[in-house]
Amino acid sequence: MFELIGVPPQALFGQLLLGLINGAFYALLSLGLAVIFGMLNVINFAHGAQYMMGAFGAWMLLQYVGIPYWGALLVVPVIIGATGIILERLLLARLYHLDHLYGLLLTFGLALIFEGLFRKQYGSSGLPYANPIPGGTNLGFMFLPWYRGWVVLISIVVCLATWFMIEKTKLGSYLRAATENPTLVRAFGINVPRMMTLTYGFGVGLAALAGVLAAPIYSVNPIMGSNLIIVVFAVVVIGGMGSIMGSIVTGFGLGVIEGLTKVFYPEASNTVIFIIMAIVLMLRPAGLFGTPR
Amino acid sequence: MKNYDMPIFAALIALLIVAPLAIYPVFLMKVLCFGLFALAFNLLIGYVGLLSFGHAMFFGFSAYISAYTVKVWGWPTEIGILAGTAVAAILGLIAGAIAIRRQGIYFAMVTLALAQMVFFFCLQAPFTGGEDGIQAVPRRPLLGFIDITRDINFYYVVLAIFAAGFLIIYRTIHSPFGQVLKAIRENEPRAISLGYHVDRYKLLAFVLSATLAGLAGGTKAIVFQLASLTDVTWQMSGEVVLMTLVGGMGTVFGPMVGAAVIITMQNYLAGFGEWVLVIQGFIFVVTVLLFRRGVVGEIAALASRLGRGRESSARMAGSPAAGH
Repeated sequence: MFELIGVPPQALFGQLLLGLINGAFYALLSLGLAVIFGMLNVINFAHGAQYMMGAFGAWMLLQYVGIPYWGALLVVPVIIGATGIILERLLLARLYHLDHLYGLLLTFGLALIFEGLFRKQYGSSGLPYANPIPGGTNLGFMFLPWYRGWVVLISIVVCLATWFMIEKTKLGSYLRAATENPTLVRAFGINVPRMMTLTYGFGVGLAALAGVLAAPIYSVNPIMGSNLIIVVFAVVVIGGMGSIMGSIVTGFGLGVIEGLTKVFYPEASNTVIFIIMAIVLMLRPAGLFGTPR
Repeated sequence: MKNYDMPIFAALIALLIVAPLAIYPVFLMKVLCFGLFALAFNLLIGYVGLLSFGHAMFFGFSAYISAYTVKVWGWPTEIGILAGTAVAAILGLIAGAIAIRRQGIYFAMVTLALAQMVFFFCLQAPFTGGEDGIQAVPRRPLLGFIDITRDINFYYVVLAIFAAGFLIIYRTIHSPFGQVLKAIRENEPRAISLGYHVDRYKLLAFVLSATLAGLAGGTKAIVFQLASLTDVTWQMSGEVVLMTLVGGMGTVFGPMVGAAVIITMQNYLAGFGEWVLVIQGFIFVVTVLLFRRGVVGEIAALASRLGRGRESSARMAGSPAAGH
């Protein structure tokens, strides 16, 4: 068996794939955060909890209703997105006239409520969710489980579709215009508050989709979101929230870097993203793709 | 310029001196430690407008240092607490230098991420004892003669530490330095144009806040004879935010009131397990939506509305929140 830079290729490519998977989740979640922040000026601290609820949604649909993975993939983001819309209308919308920090504090409170409720109901040990596409293929240099390949593929597709929608369609141009100058866009007769509501619902739906995708890979666990969201915050700081493509590229890139760290220096694998964040802040405070303002 | 802060403070200390007659001293010490922690946090959010979502890193890391130096190296109690405080100050200098490069919401995210880094460091470093933490930290005689194994003796020491911390913060926010901080909070570009090195002021305030959070954490480690991962988690950072929010951000006495409220609540709800999390989240939501000024802030607002007299207007003038 040959070795590559002192590491067996199976381990190297295995970790690379794992890094790509993590990167897919970073990308999906930071994309949702960036879309919400762009439109609402709110950092959605509940994003991790909504991702967790996506995973639980898939588990509950299978357990209680018998709807399999593929159905959940469509239904869960819609349901969780709808709960997001209700939250935005009932709670978040009351805070737009205040300092942005209040939005952060409110959604932090919501995250605690969601996590607490699920921990109360399901404990914190984690529930299994069967892999919908078992098996895989041997590529010669590594073994590729079908499901993991699917996750990487679908998240790239969803990210690119979101990018296309925001940057290239008419709806997206309204959205970008409303981000720049909501008052002016309203004067043109476009219902900006409704766009904000739908944007929040969409961002939350993306988090829930990521949750459904994660269910078969990680065990479905009430605390899966809170640990992830802090890393995603660091990803957002590194990328800067100015550009949609920026958050996608940063998400995947950092996932891969984290995977490589697991191979070469496992002790730092938990902290490497935070270290990169610190370095980026020293050199380019606005983030890699951000514009200083 | 009439100001009732000092008489209120004196009355509060007098009350706390007799409090052990009615209330269990360990509970009071917990309230005082968290009260000091919240006061330190409030210095940033209330007077510089910086929301740190990672203050547990100073509180918890200082607790580890104090517990380790006292238990393993056998350092005297007071030196152990000071060592924890000093390390928190250094950590504050590093974290602050990184975090002040962004403002507002980004500042919150950066501090949260840095605190998570410290959490993983504590999880992996051998000296912290991993999941067990550092247990059974001895309570050696303070300064060589004060027997702090008796809770009641130690309580008065903790009260003195708390009062000192309060006075340091009070002095800071009412000094020219504090006025500049408030000016930065109200209008940063203007403070820059007036020639202030805004970043230096922010960093100094951050280090001071981290140091006092460290003092609270180090003291807490000796009180409970324990330093554990709980103290460095993001939940702990969230708790101090909650205490300050409930008590009243930017008020002099709010953070300690908030700490007392939250600690009391946790005490009563200890048996309800996960519900504590739900209730804390609920308090967050309700406070943000309905009582943004917190307990003390609402009372002050009520007093000024009822009184409209000398007292309230004098207070307003006496605490010049600057920059209108």
